[in-house]
Amino acid sequence: MIISSIIFVYFITFLAIFVQVFFLVTFLERKREIIRREEKIELGVYPSVTIVVPCWNEENTIQRTVLSLLDLDYPKEKLQLFLIDDGSTDNTLKVLKEFETYSNIKVFHKENGGKHTAVNLGLENNTNDFFGCLDADSFVHPEALKRIITYFDNPEVMAVAPSIIIHKPKNFVQYAQKAEYEMAVYIKKMLGFLDAIHVTPGPFSIFRKTVFDKIGNYRKAHNTEDMEIAYRMQSHRYKIEQCNDAYVYTVAPDTIKKLFKQRVRWIYGFINNTLDYKRLILRPKYGNFALFTIPSGVISISAALYLFTDNVGNIFNKGIEKFTQVSVTGLDFGFNLSHLNWFYMNTETSAILIFILFGLLIISMILGSQMANGRVRFSLNIFYFIAIYSVVAPFWLLKAVYNTVFSKTPSWR
Amino acid sequence: MIDWKKYILVFFITLALFMSAFYLSNFLGNKKIEDVKSIQDKVAIDILSSETKFALLEELSCKDVDNTFLSQELGELAGKIEYGEQNISGSKNEILSLKRYYSLLEIKDYLLMKKMRERCGLKSIFVFYFYSDKDRCEDCEKQGYVLTALREKYPDFRIYSFDYNLDLSAIQALVSIYKVKNELPAMVFNGKVYNGFQSVEDIEKNLPDLEKLKKTEDNANQENS
Repeated sequence: MIISSIIFVYFITFLAIFVQVFFLVTFLERKREIIRREEKIELGVYPSVTIVVPCWNEENTIQRTVLSLLDLDYPKEKLQLFLIDDGSTDNTLKVLKEFETYSNIKVFHKENGGKHTAVNLGLENNTNDFFGCLDADSFVHPEALKRIITYFDNPEVMAVAPSIIIHKPKNFVQYAQKAEYEMAVYIKKMLGFLDAIHVTPGPFSIFRKTVFDKIGNYRKAHNTEDMEIAYRMQSHRYKIEQCNDAYVYTVAPDTIKKLFKQRVRWIYGFINNTLDYKRLILRPKYGNFALFTIPSGVISISAALYLFTDNVGNIFNKGIEKFTQVSVTGLDFGFNLSHLNWFYMNTETSAILIFILFGLLIISMILGSQMANGRVRFSLNIFYFIAIYSVVAPFWLLKAVYNTVFSKTPSWR
Repeated sequence: MIDWKKYILVFFITLALFMSAFYLSNFLGNKKIEDVKSIQDKVAIDILSSETKFALLEELSCKDVDNTFLSQELGELAGKIEYGEQNISGSKNEILSLKRYYSLLEIKDYLLMKKMRERCGLKSIFVFYFYSDKDRCEDCEKQGYVLTALREKYPDFRIYSFDYNLDLSAIQALVSIYKVKNELPAMVFNGKVYNGFQSVEDIEKNLPDLEKLKKTEDNANQENS
């Protein structure tokens, strides 16, 4: 390996470990502040909230989404629901109309213009102090809104993001995502502590209305409007918090193909929003968001691509070796037990560093699981996650980079 | 507000993890070398022991001399040295010196086994195999697989492998005795040098005794069962 390549490997590995240690140190510093409320709570004041549900061809899931909002433990007169049909071609509008009998529900219909246009229609009609959105493939825990609202007791808090949990995973693709989303609960909470959250997810992030009054409505933003609004808020140094015990359940993509498509869109959004806001990067006046969040995203992409190319190289070399062996001695299905000896374990520095990195990732997942489920629970999901993401993630990263270079915006579905 | 102290603290923790990884890698590398050395010492003692036994042969019957004692250890040693050459960074000189020592042990084993074959009528077949890892030698890699497969098929087929370019006078002596040219891989069996890649079939054809070896082993296995 040439020296510049070795230096790059160590540099990227150093930064990747730095990111994980940074999260861990933040956790140890602030763990007393992490609360997880099991019981019902009552608020002194219930502020008025508007929730928008943008829908495009969601006839199968929309009913459950709206019913979960109606089940929220929040005074009905303080909760306004806007169900917005964004030009669906299926029976979504018909399903929505069935809810018009509820006094706090308004149904809108518009021509298809993309999710951000639907949410903006809701914003234009909103008069309440708090505003949120719920994607039509998600549904909320009855206590979620109250728990989120408690964070607004701090007048500096301008938006609060929830914890997103995978609803009833059924196959290993969804189990892998469950582990990932649980890890995200931990990471988002730490980013919240650092005032460095880079996305206010479509499912049930709640904002003060003044945010939009001051910095404007949603933008198309490479089909990741929930990321762009967070970037814009960070550029104005608005505080975004993460409410770890406000659970929103979402249905995860159930095939690799669907997952791939979703992630290409997310990573493409990250790359392009970062390019749009590149003036913030590494500028201390924009806080940890500029010094830590964005660089760590770039590092994660680089590290994943490096690990992938390294693995592909190793697998290719092993394949060539095996092919040579088979070509001269024929197939041999025997297994050389003597190579199970510790002597043959890779003990090079780079291997030990990757082991440390994986160890830190597993700690993140365990802490995330504890924050999401209230207890540490060992599950095979971590292994599903490592198995699927280490193989497939580099491809969506590459595809997102390719789309960026050739200006191809990924579609929603 | 940016907490610079935290950035510095995390930098030093990460640095400490890096240093620990370097230290651990070095420590385990040294442990592996010690492991190889201990096997080598054992092999050296075994050879000395068998030489002593052999000197007493006139007073002992051939049955009392174990003829399989070294093949396994030498095989393990070879595997570990080869792995160490490729994977234990920072200890090249030590691995090289272990490799020289290993080559000497191989020659001693060969001399001893040859004597035993003459006196006790052992059926073993010996092959000297010369390879090179100085320049990329694809045929050497293939030849290695062929010889490993043959050794698995015929346990009494004893292969002594030598790095042609290793700076060791005993190897150079073998090279000059058999007039082995620098066209690798090269093998010497029945006093004849074979240059270039030899397939399993080529070797079996040139060494008809291998078949007898197989039959003898099969008979022995049947008797045992």
